Amino acid sequence: MCRSSDLRQAVLARNDDSAALLRSELAARGTVAVNLLSSPGSGKTALLEGELAAARERGVPVAALTADLATENDARRLARTGVPVQQILTGGLCHLEAVMLRGYLAGWLPPGTRVLFLENVGNLVCPAVYDLGESLRVTLASVTEGEDKPLKYPTAFGLAQVVLVTKTDLAAAVGFDEEAFLENVARVNPGVEVVFTSARDGRGTGALLERALAVQEGAVPHRPVLARTPEPAPAPVPVSAVGRVPTVHEHAHAHTHDHPAHGHDHAHTHDHTPHDHDHRHDHGSAAGAPHPHGAPVVDPL
Amino acid sequence: MHEMSIAAAVVEQVADAAVRHGATAVATVRLEVGELAGVVPEALAFCFALACAGTVLEGAALETLGVAALARCGPCAVEWRPGMPPDLLCPRCGGPDAVLLTGRELRVREVEWAGTVPSAPAPPS
Repeated sequence: MCRSSDLRQAVLARNDDSAALLRSELAARGTVAVNLLSSPGSGKTALLEGELAAARERGVPVAALTADLATENDARRLARTGVPVQQILTGGLCHLEAVMLRGYLAGWLPPGTRVLFLENVGNLVCPAVYDLGESLRVTLASVTEGEDKPLKYPTAFGLAQVVLVTKTDLAAAVGFDEEAFLENVARVNPGVEVVFTSARDGRGTGALLERALAVQEGAVPHRPVLARTPEPAPAPVPVSAVGRVPTVHEHAHAHTHDHPAHGHDHAHTHDHTPHDHDHRHDHGSAAGAPHPHGAPVVDPL
Repeated sequence: MHEMSIAAAVVEQVADAAVRHGATAVATVRLEVGELAGVVPEALAFCFALACAGTVLEGAALETLGVAALARCGPCAVEWRPGMPPDLLCPRCGGPDAVLLTGRELRVREVEWAGTVPSAPAPPS
């Protein structure tokens, strides 16, 4: 005999709960996190090099965490700016999740950090559905990728609070149709700001830092239509769900993750202090126990 | 391919619910997947079978209930289906102030238990 249960549980609830906790912990420290999404090769790292250098010049305390499936190349590049940088090697996982991120930050994030840049894994599909506890989500597109990128990846561009175009020094050479791009962005994310940048000629350098600092000082970021969802029916007890305005990070599909069935649990991190690239590698971490190197004391955020 | 992560999350939630309900096996999991949830149902179905292996969900069927997207303009209250890729500008006033009523669901709707359910035992045959 069968019996059924009406669960109505958001699948990604655990990730969203963890993200909300992280966001409040960061807020208590005066830190805002900026989640950077793009396809591989769009220029996230080059953009960040400029933003970190700009922060350094202005004396603004920032930090960066960069995620890749393999290599520490990005962290080495970013560490040259003199800003605290940590590399996460995801060991094959195609996106960052809030649950793992909290572990990476514990004991590493320097006190007083105003902006924490999170360079997500280069991927416009999977990272889009995971809230990382950021207060500003930025999706990048380079001019070489085509004007229809926002339509092909509507979740990534539709949930962005700032859209940032990179490599604009190449726009003329590749025939980038700026008007068509802006129309496509407006279709999936009406009202979002689009910022044009070039790491090569310096156009727009510092703009992202300014947006992040504004949020850190209390400015309310853009709320994408895709994120303006009505409150889902709470689980497990059915309760009337009216009268509450969801935040930009509340998805109709909250999330949960523990990866019991596959090898996502061996991500590991490397702490890049400026001018020091001698890293120990320990790939044998236990499930759910990320271990930032150089972080002897686990300091709950 | 985050569908594996999502499948694993579904399995974990249903396995927890099975403990709460005293169920020892699962017949069917019904999952609501919105049109704009960013999840491919076919990929999820493939991953679900793998994620169920060795758990109380082993052999369970996955039924995906698609949810169409529906948007409503705040100022003029017109409702429309944004489609895919979604067109979220109001078709009447062209404004940017819509709310997405449905379309991003990713939710375990219902579970049909199999096997022993102590709280609702099968009548003796």
